[in-house]
Amino acid sequence: MKRTTVEELKEIAKELRKIVVTMVYEAQSGHPGGSLSAADFVTACYFREMNVDPQNPKWEDRDRFVLSKGHVCPIQYAALGKRGFFPEEVLHTLRKEGSPLQGHPNMKCPGIDIPTGSLGQGFACAVGMAIGAKMDKKAFRVFAVLGDGECQEGEIWEAAQTANKYQLDNLIVFVDDNNLQIDGTTDEVMPNLDLGEKFKAFGFEVYNIDGNDMGQIVRALDTIKMHAHDRKPKVIIGATTKGKGVSFMENVGSWHGVAPNKEQYEQAMKDLEEGID
Amino acid sequence: MKKIATRNGFGEELVELGRKNRNILVVDADIGKSCKTDKFAHELEDQHINVGIAEQNAAGVAAGLATCGKIPFVVTYAVFGSLRMCEMIRQEIAYPKLNVKIACSHGGLTPANDGASHQAIEDMGVMRTIPNMTVIMPADYYAAKELVRKIVEYEGPVFIRFTRDAIPVIYDENIKLEIGKAHIIQEGKDVALIANGDTVCLALEAAKILEGEGISAKVVDMHTIKPLDVDCVKDCIENIGKIVTSEDHNIMNGLGSAVCEVAAELGKGKVKRIGIQDQFGESAPYERLMAKNGITVEGIVAAAKALQ
Repeated sequence: MKRTTVEELKEIAKELRKIVVTMVYEAQSGHPGGSLSAADFVTACYFREMNVDPQNPKWEDRDRFVLSKGHVCPIQYAALGKRGFFPEEVLHTLRKEGSPLQGHPNMKCPGIDIPTGSLGQGFACAVGMAIGAKMDKKAFRVFAVLGDGECQEGEIWEAAQTANKYQLDNLIVFVDDNNLQIDGTTDEVMPNLDLGEKFKAFGFEVYNIDGNDMGQIVRALDTIKMHAHDRKPKVIIGATTKGKGVSFMENVGSWHGVAPNKEQYEQAMKDLEEGID
Repeated sequence: MKKIATRNGFGEELVELGRKNRNILVVDADIGKSCKTDKFAHELEDQHINVGIAEQNAAGVAAGLATCGKIPFVVTYAVFGSLRMCEMIRQEIAYPKLNVKIACSHGGLTPANDGASHQAIEDMGVMRTIPNMTVIMPADYYAAKELVRKIVEYEGPVFIRFTRDAIPVIYDENIKLEIGKAHIIQEGKDVALIANGDTVCLALEAAKILEGEGISAKVVDMHTIKPLDVDCVKDCIENIGKIVTSEDHNIMNGLGSAVCEVAAELGKGKVKRIGIQDQFGESAPYERLMAKNGITVEGIVAAAKALQ
């Protein structure tokens, strides 16, 4: 099968970002900022890297995806919808009563491998899945997306030390390092110091990249594939911009969990279509 | 009377089950020796994980394993297995209804010498309020073995607690129990003694004394407090009308509360509850701690008589 190119991935990421903003606008509720910062990595996972079957979302040999920072589920829902896990019209039901697209993900939604939303917890589940793969000698891999603010949770480091002990080279973590959390910058609220060095001390192979640069993401994932059996868990520290692609949302912490009004929505869609760089 | 800690029954049975079903795993958090999973760890090394002193992570790892078709037993002390891991159990195990068993030693006041920090007196109540949870305490060594077999057959999250200290053996290896179904040890017509865990043997003793005083007591082992055997409780209310509950757990939100909820809905029946008097324990002999809370044969007898 022909692999999606970096240019194609960029186009898909643009489309997914538009879906995110539309979903949050229509719901008048949700988390746009972190969804936009994580968009490029999520796109690369679902449209190039991961071995999944939208027709058979519970396929036991599938790669797993754990959105540990569960509040940014609009980007995962956008990817799942575009990838065909459910009809695209479902994307218009975010946070609506009876919708599989809950405010934070649960397993009733096809393609969600574990419910998340309470920060710090998803990562441990991802570690459990990766151990499960090793126990059954299965080749599937586990992808986990963490927030940099989320790395303030102690359970993250409990899970990290377990990943080292069980030599989980099938675990690929992406830290969406956008340096913003609800009460301010991560440096103000609780300095993370050097996340790469911290994960390195926990036995991880560390890749520091620009997490909104599709070329760098793909290169990191390609390198990781070549290191598939080196007994080391992998972490990509992706420096990202919260609200990436929308002029008035970029690096503005207050867009963490706020929906745009009509005027802002139209501006956001224009920004995403035309680009703001 | 022979005494064995129910944690021993758990540890022994789990090895047998693990040999037959390779999907059964133990996720230990460093206290496997104390929780009696050391034999499992030794004999079934490939089915054993030890995450160290990191209970929250243990719950998450178990959830992840369960999504891969495994049947993980997270093993720790009841105080950590309910409270330290509480939100992880809620979010990652109970909410998605994953097949994870939280199997805990040191239930109630049974780690008597360890003091309040290690005596789980709120665990069953906390777990009972989480949707999708099943909450169990076996009454003796054989009941522990039987209920461990049963929770493996049941697909879904379970919290089960065992005793650290030895308690009387009241059953034999032929005991048959069902999750969510009360075990009626003896019938009676004047009062129903509904007990669980290490208080079932007290209720049995109390029934003997009451019999000598002309009071006929029904004795029920309510090993599962959730789902509660509501039909059994209703039957006790309708046909006897007087109930004494007993439990090695805080007086709030455990077995006694569950029984009272049924009585309140029915609008009839008199219930007296024996349990820990909403106070922390301390380092002391087990029998002393129980006595300080009125969880004694005499306490049950007095409550039963007060209802007559």
